[in-house]
Amino acid sequence: MATIDIHPQTSTHHHDDHAHEHEHHHGNFWTNYIFSEDHKVIAKQFLITGMAWALIGGILSVLFRLQLGFPDADLSWLKPILGGWLTPEGKIDPEFYLALVTMHGTIMVFFVLTAGLSGTFSNFLIPLQIGARDMASGFMNMLSYWFFFLSSVIMFTSLFISTGPASGGWVIYPPLSALPQAMQGSGLGMTLWLVAMAIFIASSLLGSINYITTVINMRTQGMSFTRLPLTIWAFFFTAIIGILSFPVLFAAALLLIFDRSFGTSFYLSDIYIGGEALPNQGGSPILFQHLFWFLGHPEVYIVLLPALGITSEIIATNSRKPIFGYKAMVGSMLFIAILSFVVWAHHMFVTGMNPFLGSIFTLLTLIIAVPSAVKIFNYVTTLWKGNIRFTAAMLFSIGLVSFFLTGGITGIFLGNSAIDIQLHDTYFVVAHFHLVMGSASFFGMVAGVYHWFPKMFGRMMDEKLGYIHFWLTFIGVYLVFFPMHYIGIAGFPRRYYSWTNFETFSGFADLNMLVSAAAILTLSAQFIFLFNFIYSIFRGKAAPANPWNSTTLEWTTPRNPGHGNWPGEIPTVYRWPYDYSKPGAKEDFIPQHIPYSETPESNLPHENELIKLELNNGSITVENKDQKH
Amino acid sequence: MENVAGDFRIVEEPKKPMAMEPRKFGMWLFMGSVVMLFAALTSAYIVREAEGNWVYFDMPSIFTISTIVILVSSITMQWAYWSARKDNLENTKIMITITAVLGIAFLVLQWQGWVQLVANKIYFVGNPSGSFLYVLTGVHALHIISAVVFLLIVMVATYRYKVHSKSLVSIEMCTTYWHFLGGLWLYLFVFLLLYR
Repeated sequence: MATIDIHPQTSTHHHDDHAHEHEHHHGNFWTNYIFSEDHKVIAKQFLITGMAWALIGGILSVLFRLQLGFPDADLSWLKPILGGWLTPEGKIDPEFYLALVTMHGTIMVFFVLTAGLSGTFSNFLIPLQIGARDMASGFMNMLSYWFFFLSSVIMFTSLFISTGPASGGWVIYPPLSALPQAMQGSGLGMTLWLVAMAIFIASSLLGSINYITTVINMRTQGMSFTRLPLTIWAFFFTAIIGILSFPVLFAAALLLIFDRSFGTSFYLSDIYIGGEALPNQGGSPILFQHLFWFLGHPEVYIVLLPALGITSEIIATNSRKPIFGYKAMVGSMLFIAILSFVVWAHHMFVTGMNPFLGSIFTLLTLIIAVPSAVKIFNYVTTLWKGNIRFTAAMLFSIGLVSFFLTGGITGIFLGNSAIDIQLHDTYFVVAHFHLVMGSASFFGMVAGVYHWFPKMFGRMMDEKLGYIHFWLTFIGVYLVFFPMHYIGIAGFPRRYYSWTNFETFSGFADLNMLVSAAAILTLSAQFIFLFNFIYSIFRGKAAPANPWNSTTLEWTTPRNPGHGNWPGEIPTVYRWPYDYSKPGAKEDFIPQHIPYSETPESNLPHENELIKLELNNGSITVENKDQKH
Repeated sequence: MENVAGDFRIVEEPKKPMAMEPRKFGMWLFMGSVVMLFAALTSAYIVREAEGNWVYFDMPSIFTISTIVILVSSITMQWAYWSARKDNLENTKIMITITAVLGIAFLVLQWQGWVQLVANKIYFVGNPSGSFLYVLTGVHALHIISAVVFLLIVMVATYRYKVHSKSLVSIEMCTTYWHFLGGLWLYLFVFLLLYR
C-alpha cells in the first residue's frame, strides 16, 4: 500500500523521459543492429535466427526421409557433407539416423516454433499494437535474444562433434539419455543438449516476463483489454504458459544432469549393462516423463497459440469483416491455456498408468476439442460472406485453419486411452502432431512474415512467388503427412531406422517413397520463400504506410519506424481493432485511433454516448463525485 | 495530472490498478516461475516417495536454527524498508546490514546442515530421498545467494543515500524477494518434516 502516493508521478515521468530519450537515439552499428535494445531489431534477429534453424531442421528431416523412402539408395554423393556418418555402402549410419530425428524435433519445437515464432512476433507486435515505445525492459529483451543465440551456438556445435548430437528422441527419456554408455549420442551430445536447453529456458523466461509486463503495464491510453487485438491476447497467454511450464522442464533437466554427471538415482534403478548391475537404485524413469510432459504439453500451445493469434488478425483483415466472436476467441484461448496444464498424461497412457487415471486424462483431453472447435468455427464464420482478398498471408492463414482441423480430428482418436494402445508411437502420432502443431504453427509463422514484412522492412514481398510458395507447401505438407495416417494405422512404429527386416512392414514402401518425394518438394518450395524474403528486403516494392488497410496501431507508424516507434505522441485508442466494413462508414475499415466523433455516419447508438468522453480529451470531469459518496 | 481534476478522471484510459512499476511486476513474474520450479521438485518428491524404496532421514537439527535465522532476517528486512519509507536512513543502514549478515549466516547454517547430513550417512548420491533433500536445499540456497547479492547492492545504495522515501523501488523489490525466499524456505522445511 505504501507505494500509492508516489506511483502516478513516477509512471508519468517515466513515460515522458522514455519518449524524449528515444527521439534523440542514435547509436553506432553495434548498438543499433547487434546489441540493440529496440524490440523491432530484436524481433528481426529472432526471425532470421529462427529461419536459419528452420532450414537446418528441414534439411535434417529430408536426410532421414531419404533413408525411409529410399532404403536401398546409394547416398555416397552426400559424403562431402556427412563424412563418417555414412556407412561404407553409402547408407546413413543407424545411430546418426536417431540423431537426425532427435535434432529435427528439438530444433523445430524449441528453436523454430518457440523462439522463432514467439520471439519474432511477440517482440515485434506487442509494443507496436498496444501503443508502447518499446518493451518494459529493453535490456532484458536483448539478453533474451543473446541467451537464445548462445543456446543456438551450443546446440549447433553439438551437430559436429565426433560422437554426434543427442539421439534419444527430442523427449530425452531416461535411462537412454541418462547413461552416457547407452549410445553414442548420450555422451557429450546429450550434455550439450542439456546445457543448451537450460540456457534456452532462461532466454524464454526473460522473454515471457517482458511480454506479460509490457502487455499489462505499457498499453497506450484507451487500449483496454477488450480492445486488444487477438494477436496480443495470444502472445499474452503464450507467455503465461511459458512462465508456468518452462521451470518444470528446468527441474526435470536439473535432476537428469545430476543423474548423468553426479551419480544420483532420480530416474535410474535396476539397470544391468553387459550383465553388471549399475549402482543406481530407487529411481523412476516414469517420474521424468511426468515432469517432461508437464512442460511438453503446454509447449504444444506455446507453439500453436501465437500462430492462432496471428491468423485471427490476418483473416479478419483480409475478409474485411470483424472477427466473428472476439470474446469467444479470447475465452477459448484462455480455456485452452488452462486445459493445457491438466492433460499431460495422455502422452503416457501406455506407461502402465492406472486405467482410471487414464480415463480422467482422456476426458480432460477431449474437452480441448471444444475451444478448438469454437476457434475453427469462428475462423470459418469470419470468412463467410467476407470480401476476401487472397493475399499470400491470407492463403497461409486459411492453410492453418485446414491443418488445425485435419490434425485436430486425429487428436480425438489419440486422446482416447483405449485407442492409444494401438496407435501409440506409430506414424499416426507423427501425422497428427505434424499437422496440428508443426505445419499449422509453421503456416501461422509464414503468414505473419508475409503480413508484417512491410512493417518490418518497409518493402512488400512478391505476391506471385508467395502464391507459388503457398500451393507447393500446402500440397506438399498434405502429401507428406496424410499417407502417414495409413502407415500409422497399419502399425508402423516411429523412429525406426529400417523396416526391411520385418515382412509385415514391407507393404508400404511405395507410400513411403511418395512421402519422401513430397518432403523434398516441400523443402525445395521453402527456397522460393527464402529468395523472396531476402530479395524483397533490398529490392522489394516500397510499402505504403498501411498496405492491407488494417485497423491496428502498428500501421500508424512511419514506413520505417525508428526506436520509439512513433515520432510524435503515441496515438490514443478509441475503438476495438475489428471495425471492418462497418455499415455507413466511408471506407471499409476504421483504424483504432479514429475517435467516434469523427465517424458519426457509422456509429451505433452506444458509441455516440462514448463521444462525450472523447470531447473531454479522453476523460470526463465528474464534479459532484464526492457528493454521491 | 497534477491538477485537481486529475483525481476525477474516469476510466477511459487503460485501467491503472494493475499498472505497477514494470521492474516490480517482472519480479513477481520471476517469483511465479520460481514457485513452479519448486512445485515441480516437491511434487516429483511426493510422486517418487509414493513408489516405495524410500530411505527415511532425520532432518538436521541445524535446519531449525536456520529457519529461525531466516524468519528474523525477514523482520529486519521489513524494518529496514519501513525506516527507508520514513526517511530514517541511519536505521535503514543498520537493519539492512543485519539482514545481509543474517542471510550469510543462513547460508553457513545450511552448509552446516549438509555436514550434519553427511555425518548421518545421508549422501547426495544414494537413495533418492537424500538426493532430493540436497537438491531442494541446494536450489533454495542458490536463490538465497542471488538474494544476498541483490541485498548487498541495495545496501551499498543505502550507504550512498540513494534509497529514501522518494526512491524505494529497489529496496521494495529486495524486501519482496527476501520475504518470498523466507516463505519458500518455511514451505520446504514444513514439507520435508511432513514427507520424509
